[in-house]
Amino acid sequence: MKYLSLLLAVVSFYNSFSQNCNSVFLGELTDYHDKTPIVGATVYIKTLDKYTTSDLDGKFKIENLCNGPLTLVITHVACETKTLNYNVTGDLFREIALEHHIEELNEVSVKTSATKKATVTAQETLIKSDALKKYSSLSLGDALKEVPGISSINTGNTIVKPMVNGMHSSRLLIINNNVRLQDQEWGIEHAPNIDINSAKQISVIKGSGALRYGGDAIGGVVVLNPARVILRDTLYGSTTINGQTNGRGYNITSSLNKTFKSGWFANIQGTAKQNGDFEAPDYTLTNTGLKSQGFSVNGGKKKFESGFEVFYSFLNNEIGILRSSHIGNVEDLVDAINSQQPFIVEDFSYDINSPKQEVTHHLLKGLYYRRFKNFGKVSLQYDYQNNQRFEFDVRVGDDRNKPALDLNLQTHSVLADVVLDNNLRRKISFGVLGRYQNNFANPDTGVRRLIPDYDKYDFGTYVTTEWVLNDVLTLDAGLRYDFNRIDAKKFYRTSRWNERGYDSDFSDIVIEDFGTQLLTNPVFNYHNISASTGVRYNLNDVSYLLGNYGLSSRPPNPSELFSDGLHHSAARIELGDLRLNKEISNRVSVSYNLQKSKYSLNVDAFLNRINDFMYLRPDSVEQTIRGAFPVWEFTQTNASFFGIDLASTYNFSENWTWSNISAYVKADDLSQDRPLIDIPAFNTRNAIIFNKPEWKNFTASLTSEWVFEQQEFPDFNFETLIASTNETVLVDISTPPPGYHLLHLYSEATFNISDKTKLNVALSVNNLLDTNYRAYLNRLRYFADDLGRNIMLQLQLTY
Amino acid sequence: MKTLKYTFALLAITLFTVSCSDDDPVIVNEEEVITTMTVELVATGQTTVTLRTRDLDGDGPDAPIVSVSGPLAANTTYTGSIELLDETDLNDVDNITLEVEEEDEEHQFFFTSTVGTVAYADADANGNPVGLSFTLTTGAAGSGNFTVTLRHEPVKDAAGVSDGDITNAGGETDITETFPVTVQ
Repeated sequence: MKYLSLLLAVVSFYNSFSQNCNSVFLGELTDYHDKTPIVGATVYIKTLDKYTTSDLDGKFKIENLCNGPLTLVITHVACETKTLNYNVTGDLFREIALEHHIEELNEVSVKTSATKKATVTAQETLIKSDALKKYSSLSLGDALKEVPGISSINTGNTIVKPMVNGMHSSRLLIINNNVRLQDQEWGIEHAPNIDINSAKQISVIKGSGALRYGGDAIGGVVVLNPARVILRDTLYGSTTINGQTNGRGYNITSSLNKTFKSGWFANIQGTAKQNGDFEAPDYTLTNTGLKSQGFSVNGGKKKFESGFEVFYSFLNNEIGILRSSHIGNVEDLVDAINSQQPFIVEDFSYDINSPKQEVTHHLLKGLYYRRFKNFGKVSLQYDYQNNQRFEFDVRVGDDRNKPALDLNLQTHSVLADVVLDNNLRRKISFGVLGRYQNNFANPDTGVRRLIPDYDKYDFGTYVTTEWVLNDVLTLDAGLRYDFNRIDAKKFYRTSRWNERGYDSDFSDIVIEDFGTQLLTNPVFNYHNISASTGVRYNLNDVSYLLGNYGLSSRPPNPSELFSDGLHHSAARIELGDLRLNKEISNRVSVSYNLQKSKYSLNVDAFLNRINDFMYLRPDSVEQTIRGAFPVWEFTQTNASFFGIDLASTYNFSENWTWSNISAYVKADDLSQDRPLIDIPAFNTRNAIIFNKPEWKNFTASLTSEWVFEQQEFPDFNFETLIASTNETVLVDISTPPPGYHLLHLYSEATFNISDKTKLNVALSVNNLLDTNYRAYLNRLRYFADDLGRNIMLQLQLTY
Repeated sequence: MKTLKYTFALLAITLFTVSCSDDDPVIVNEEEVITTMTVELVATGQTTVTLRTRDLDGDGPDAPIVSVSGPLAANTTYTGSIELLDETDLNDVDNITLEVEEEDEEHQFFFTSTVGTVAYADADANGNPVGLSFTLTTGAAGSGNFTVTLRHEPVKDAAGVSDGDITNAGGETDITETFPVTVQ
């Protein structure tokens, strides 16, 4: 008030003596969030080339100002530098709010290197763009293997599904630029529709700790983020060209980013990729080519107080599946297993024939946020995804070029998230989600639908809090509720309907009887509660401990409920179950992290006990005109997963580093008292890395990848009569292939072409010794060896 | 908190606008399914023998029904022919034999028998056997099996395949059935 009256007095005085250099500018600097004064900020008066600082009340005063423009540049240690323009026509008082705690908020930071984890106490690992660039020509599933405990379940080598601590598909959420990917992820042969080149940073969260993204992440969450927006007038980009010998593939990807100091930004990125038939050491893997095109654009305005973003991405993948893996019955499977090498080996070709997949994914997102003083940030988001999947089988006659599967999945989501960060020591976030999903299975395929038409409705709400107790202790906790409703229209064969006993339990859902088929309308509602709580304890400056408990629950997915038919490449009949209920996971984890200048160590241990765990299990044998088939049913059991993941580095000298990542997981079906199927064996990866910054930042590394033989597996072998020889044979589908050891070489150097242009050249050799091997977690392991040697040259130009 | 209210409104609108279509899906009657294979064995002066396997629910739970019309005569050469039908819809039966004939280069029947020897009596454009027509020469009286297997896209030029040896054929099995037969 004192100042104000002074001000008024000066103003009235001043008006009578115009054109004097007597004006006074009074400023008061406050924190945007909690209105506390900002002490000791530097105020540079650009027009006068003079400096002053703010006092203990956050105030500063500039005297003897002439009328006319005035430019102030305010800087403070933990604040964004702010430039302000005024037109002085007399004395002025201005309250200036600064964004404090830029590190914590991780908003419009000027530093691009600033990265932030999505969680505080969960087992989270970041993969940054530097590491990601190695995987430009590969897939998300390949890149994630940088993280200990992450493996993949593959169908060949181009359909790579990430696996976190032995869990995949519906137990893993994939978040692309804050949009939960909805791309029929329930299918084990459905790779995530992500162009790895569109992500600049990937975060892997083991377990369900990130409740904001969903309550059903029994295995974990993978968060992909695009390039961050820098508040500067700049134009930058990069182009990567990659060629490889195996599959004679090439890959070109380019991105261009334009940002303005005003907060406006626009990014565009595109990738084109093609491979022909890949090669195992001894033969060509016929029909394993790949064609992929993707692009993404986003733009908007990002300011501290408010902003918006529009994002669109497109991806089209055409993926060939090993020709020899298309079989008709168990006898064919026995032949394939016995034959040691694929029946069909043709000369190299870029052609992709049946069996193949053709998948197109569109993602459109709009985001708006606004920050309210003394309150926090409110964001609103709408996103739409359209996933079109065609699968082409080997067919006859007029149906030859007709897809055997034609599914269109559309998803609309609305999200509202609020972060209350006015008290940075006790942050609270909450939000709501609404989602509608429609699946349409096109009947023109002439093949009975694998997945029925359905409408799905989701509603979710969560609250999480993060509490910094003191310098050594941080707590977090969260609670989430989700409601899911699935409303399907499915045709059942009358014989199957009766065999399942649905005629007595579900007779009320039959809509129409077509004689040999029944149209039914299953409607299921699921209520799910999930929770998470954890603690981070800083032991000292270089090490900390994390402890976390997570409760999550997952309702059955469409495949678990409705599967109903012959799975050709597995030679088995797969059946869903309408009686399935949600599975519930209780996961406890502990981590220890140590970062010293010479060495580092991270240990993640966890125990995940899952009640009513859903999985496919062989149950009986059925006779058909094609022969006898084992019937695999989705059943529920109590399961336990236990594992330890290790990551460590040691610097021998200035230039030499050794690094290791290892993972062990043990998973059991507790009700049956036997191991679970498809669990990764112990694996360890050691690398010797040489780096010499003076030599154009030359780096070379030799990596040894050692995957042990999986000794813990359920025995699902069965006997079958081979009709042509009239002999009964044991079909060994269970025994994992032997362990294997591979060597990989990688080297790179970076050349400065001009001030802002850099060329990174990387040469790598995968499977250096051209070792023959088969991986337990590759579903085509019965049919062919895995990839042989692959030499790759990559040029990356950044500008 | 106004924003939250808007969100709920937006959410509600989205849910209602997109969930209006409520048409029932169209039934799919599976195409290119083989439900029935009939093998007819004819010899002059002998009763015609018909072997049949019929699986009307495809990969459904019901097992195929296998029938053999009667015994074969010993030391006799029968002329065999095969007919394939799709009887999924009994009011609209499809003859799949025609499709196999049209695409004979991609199909081959394989026969194994403990009661006699089989020889192919037809060929595709490349001179490789198909097996829609064949001969069965029975041996001495007794009982045994007669097995018929249809492979789609076998490797016809692999060793032994054109002689009827299935070992190296690969491909996809569309039908396989073992018929118990007696020779008198």
